Amino acid sequence: MSIITMREALRQAMDEEMARDKNVLLMGEEVAQYNGAYKVSQGLYDKYGEKRVIDTPITENGFAGVGIGAAMAGLRPIVEFMTFNFALQAFDQIVNNAAKMRYMSGGQFKVPIVFRGPNGPAEYLSSQHSQATQTFFAHVPGLKVVAPGTPYDAKGLLKAAIRDDNPVIFLESELMYSWEGEVPEEEYIIDIGKADVKKEGSDVTIISYSKPLRYVMESAEILEKEGINVEVVDLRSIRPLDEDTILNSVKKTNRCVIVDESWPFVSVASHVGWLISYKAFDYLDAPVELVTSEDVPMPYNHNLELAAQPSVDKIIKAVKKVMYI
Amino acid sequence: MEKNIKNYDSNLLKELLYKMLLIRRFEEKAAQAYGLKKIGGFLHLYIGEEAVAVGSISNLDMTKDYVAAAYRDHGHALAAGLDPNSLMAELYGKITGCSKGKGGSMHFFDYDKHFFGGNGIVGAQIPVATGIGLKIKYNEEDGVVLCYFGDGAIHQGSFHESLNLAKIWNLPVVYICENNHYGMGTDFRRVSAIDDFSIMAESYAMKGKQVNGMDVLEVYDATKEAIEVAKSGTPYLLEAKTYRFKGHSMSDPGKYRTKEELELYKQKDPIVSFKELLIENNVITEDDYIEMDKRCKKIAKDAAKFAEESPEPDLNELYTDLYV
Repeated sequence: MSIITMREALRQAMDEEMARDKNVLLMGEEVAQYNGAYKVSQGLYDKYGEKRVIDTPITENGFAGVGIGAAMAGLRPIVEFMTFNFALQAFDQIVNNAAKMRYMSGGQFKVPIVFRGPNGPAEYLSSQHSQATQTFFAHVPGLKVVAPGTPYDAKGLLKAAIRDDNPVIFLESELMYSWEGEVPEEEYIIDIGKADVKKEGSDVTIISYSKPLRYVMESAEILEKEGINVEVVDLRSIRPLDEDTILNSVKKTNRCVIVDESWPFVSVASHVGWLISYKAFDYLDAPVELVTSEDVPMPYNHNLELAAQPSVDKIIKAVKKVMYI
Repeated sequence: MEKNIKNYDSNLLKELLYKMLLIRRFEEKAAQAYGLKKIGGFLHLYIGEEAVAVGSISNLDMTKDYVAAAYRDHGHALAAGLDPNSLMAELYGKITGCSKGKGGSMHFFDYDKHFFGGNGIVGAQIPVATGIGLKIKYNEEDGVVLCYFGDGAIHQGSFHESLNLAKIWNLPVVYICENNHYGMGTDFRRVSAIDDFSIMAESYAMKGKQVNGMDVLEVYDATKEAIEVAKSGTPYLLEAKTYRFKGHSMSDPGKYRTKEELELYKQKDPIVSFKELLIENNVITEDDYIEMDKRCKKIAKDAAKFAEESPEPDLNELYTDLYV
């Protein structure tokens, strides 16, 4: 198995799907001639040409809508947002058109479109360029929302997203692009809606997804040395949510911490917390703890910026709290 | 109307009149049903504007061309050949409706007939229509998209973003602004920097034209020309100056405009004036018109009966059609 970056894993996924299906095209700001602002689409323009790898002007609302119309009419566009912060300009198109078109047409339309790009807190970018947007999208019925935590998952999930006939929000954590991991040469697909137990354990469940997964794995290692056996559940897919894997794990460990870098109020974390309290209440030996970003816009100052986000320290503290240590 | 109507096929002329009349009678029936509380929600009537949808869509071949409209979509749907029964049933929220009762007045859809809405958010259909144009070009098909929006939508970013995208990619889209003078209660002259919207085309290096939207033949001819240009690679902007005889929706008494202004436009009723033109030129007789009107009234009445007698959606439908 080769060790590649998340950036390369995503590129491979798009390349393979474009080679497989001529209806797949990529569009967005700087995706073609510039090879992608974060170089995720490196080489695709040279390989597939301007018909299938399309540079757009800075018009998120417009090109998101164009992608939706093209998808309704039979193409399979991948729409890259240079960052998901800018996707908020296209929020109307995503929520009112992509998500609802099938339902409000009585099932006549498929909208096979992927909206992808960097998401989540980055570094030194202050509040407009550094935020986790998953909760905005996860709220909306009709969308699927995916957020991989490893290059392996990123490739398999992106291929599944491109083949999906529903609109998929594919969230790539901005700081993860250069992170490396094992990715096999042969083709594989990871089904959307399946969580993954990244580490088996018996004392406490930590549920996370996307970038914080790495901090969770680090925390688990440290806790292990202190004799606390952690099970790590990686959601991978936020909508649909793999309730069975979550509940089975909590029923096994009886304690749970949820780590989510979005804001705490009505968030992915708070929903999962409610789910556990509702469906596994009798199995809990302690209230579910959340480790989320602080309930503030992201500050620029690095110390404040780090303090605003989930960290290994915070995760360990939360685990010890549910362990009553 | 100064046109020499001898240049037009008489069947086409009759068809244009028939479609306008059908829309008028269908909507009158819908308004009546709304008054009886058989139909709920918003009901934006197209009465007075029939010449725009009929004049333009009559140029299309709906097996390869496409239509995307906004929330005042009954006229476009009928002009595009959707089944009046399924449209009325949609207004009634019945399972037999064109969107299975999940769309209502603002969300008529027919995938097979290339009718892509029916869209309730002002201006949001304009990028979507542009995307249909992208698909036509991508697959090298011989087709065109007619994209409709009102004078209220023309100030939206979605309009400007779309025209620019359509031009840089040379997409076969004709953008049709139906300027009925009022964005809800706001006179367009109060909120628009210019009063001829067709000149906005120049900002995007495309052609634009303002036409009399009360004259079905003028709309027909202008759209025909616009489609040719759009298919040759330059999208086109038409502004049809029209007028709605009713309020913005059924709940709007329309007090923001004078009786005199309304009367002035009623004198220009696109159906009445076109009917007179056809009679004057011996294309039809008064009796033909009465016959045609009876037919349209019957279709509207039958549609209401069909809707009335159609079943409600099963409650299980609540969770269908959400994902593929």
